[in-house]
Amino acid sequence: MDSIAQLFTDAATYRLLTIVILSIFLGIEVISRVPSVLHTPLMSGANAIHGVVIIGAIIVMGEAASDDYLALTLGFLAVILGTLNVVGGFVVTDRMLEMFDKKKKRK
Amino acid sequence: MLLPLIYLIGSITFILGLKMLSHPDSARKGNLVAAFGMTLAIVGTIFLYRDHSGNSLGNYPWIFAGLVIGSIVGTLAAKKVQMTAMPEMVSLFNGMGGACAMLISIVEYHHNPNPSMGMLVVIVLGMLIGTVSFSGSIIAWGKLNGRIKDRTIPAGQAINFLLFAGILTMAVLLVFSISSAPFLFYGILALAALYGILFVMPIGGADMPVVISLLNSFTGVAAAFGGFLYDNPVMLTGGILVGSAGTILTILMCKAMNRSLKNVLIGSFGGQKTGGSVGGSKEQGSYKEISLNDTAVLMAYASKVMIIPGYGLAVAQAQHACHELEKVLEDKGVEVSYGIHPVAGRMPGHMNVLLAEADVPYDKLKEMEEANDQMAQTTVVLIIGANDVVNPAAKEDPASPIYGMPILEVEKAEHVIVNKRSMKPGYAGIENDLFFKPKTSMLFGDAKKVLQDLVSELKQV
Repeated sequence: MDSIAQLFTDAATYRLLTIVILSIFLGIEVISRVPSVLHTPLMSGANAIHGVVIIGAIIVMGEAASDDYLALTLGFLAVILGTLNVVGGFVVTDRMLEMFDKKKKRK
Repeated sequence: MLLPLIYLIGSITFILGLKMLSHPDSARKGNLVAAFGMTLAIVGTIFLYRDHSGNSLGNYPWIFAGLVIGSIVGTLAAKKVQMTAMPEMVSLFNGMGGACAMLISIVEYHHNPNPSMGMLVVIVLGMLIGTVSFSGSIIAWGKLNGRIKDRTIPAGQAINFLLFAGILTMAVLLVFSISSAPFLFYGILALAALYGILFVMPIGGADMPVVISLLNSFTGVAAAFGGFLYDNPVMLTGGILVGSAGTILTILMCKAMNRSLKNVLIGSFGGQKTGGSVGGSKEQGSYKEISLNDTAVLMAYASKVMIIPGYGLAVAQAQHACHELEKVLEDKGVEVSYGIHPVAGRMPGHMNVLLAEADVPYDKLKEMEEANDQMAQTTVVLIIGANDVVNPAAKEDPASPIYGMPILEVEKAEHVIVNKRSMKPGYAGIENDLFFKPKTSMLFGDAKKVLQDLVSELKQV
């Protein structure tokens, strides 16, 4: 068990915190001006992007010992759910945006 | 060094993807860019990931089986879902992501019998937020498709506060290793699940988009904790980006409805019927009905007709019938446009997507400001299953819960025809004075049937 002090003297912590802070500002900047028509597709697209959690699921699954049934079962489930999030999310978003495309051409 | 490079590319595609998604012209490409980056990151992880001792991942058959099952089910679900049910689908996928984060934390908790404090914090927070997002999204999904009804929980806020306090206490006990009993970990899991349910349960249907957007950013944060756990930059950037972008999006949505986030969450909108007194105490007078035939004649001889769609149109799947009506009217020389309120339907942009499915030309859809400008020159306004977005109480009655929300000012038009199934108030549970105004006529019936009948009537005029 390390102490809180140790946690805050760790260089890795700061490296990660830097990424976090920059990403927060980036996220705000990137979508601060968006027409309301795009709110739903944008939400759906962002929904697919947080499916990146699948990578964690793959690592859990890949590192599970072959007799660790708990990790195998939960990891397997996590891979399925994460994939659902990613694939379903991107496909749904594409379907929504496809319709915007169609009417653009007709215009 | 290949994997860090792949992760960097992944992060960049997420940023670019989000950026492109916020402009109509590049939106579709943006989605594909992000999807490409995601694929790259997933494939890279599978084949190039090494743990601290340099071992590569195992259990490939399991991983690929999971990926294949998830992809097939996800694609089928996303392709098959009706346009009207899109919001539910997004909520459901969001819940899957939350559950994934939750499961990862559970496994890692068991993997690390003696975790460092930092690691424990990350595991517990990832599990906590993932679980709230999961249970909350499932409730939101159920509410949107009507399986779960709105329900006010007595003393709901007090219970939520207690739950929160309970979670906090257990988390502190666990993290500071005052006790390391596994029941604490699972206690937090159970309370978090309950919290998610109670958090979404009382929120009214009209506010559901806001809640889904908020839960979406929760899942983003949960994914970011996974990034901390594995020291994985792409999970971190992807998760945090969605967390912050999602929060901003949530606030933008609230602004479109002119309500504060706090207001939505503590919510008097759907739960308590504060608006009831508005309708009840005031003399409402009577409404008048109009026949299909009269409607057809009125519209056929109008110079300009504006159609205002709402959730009723989506429920009745009447978008094609609506387009049909538009074509018949145009053949008769009537100018037809659609007035789209930013929050009409169950999600912002819901109506645009729906009408686009029926091939309604893009330039016929007018955003609220433009629609309001044209209102005075409009002969007939036909409101199909919309209610709160045309409720004059938003402008006139400071006591109304929707007071201050910008609305489509239909009263400026010459005639207002409202198609509804009955006189029941709208989703927000607020009486609508519009129905009792002298200009307004009611045309009762299912939107699809009424529109189809209207089309055949019009053909005979």
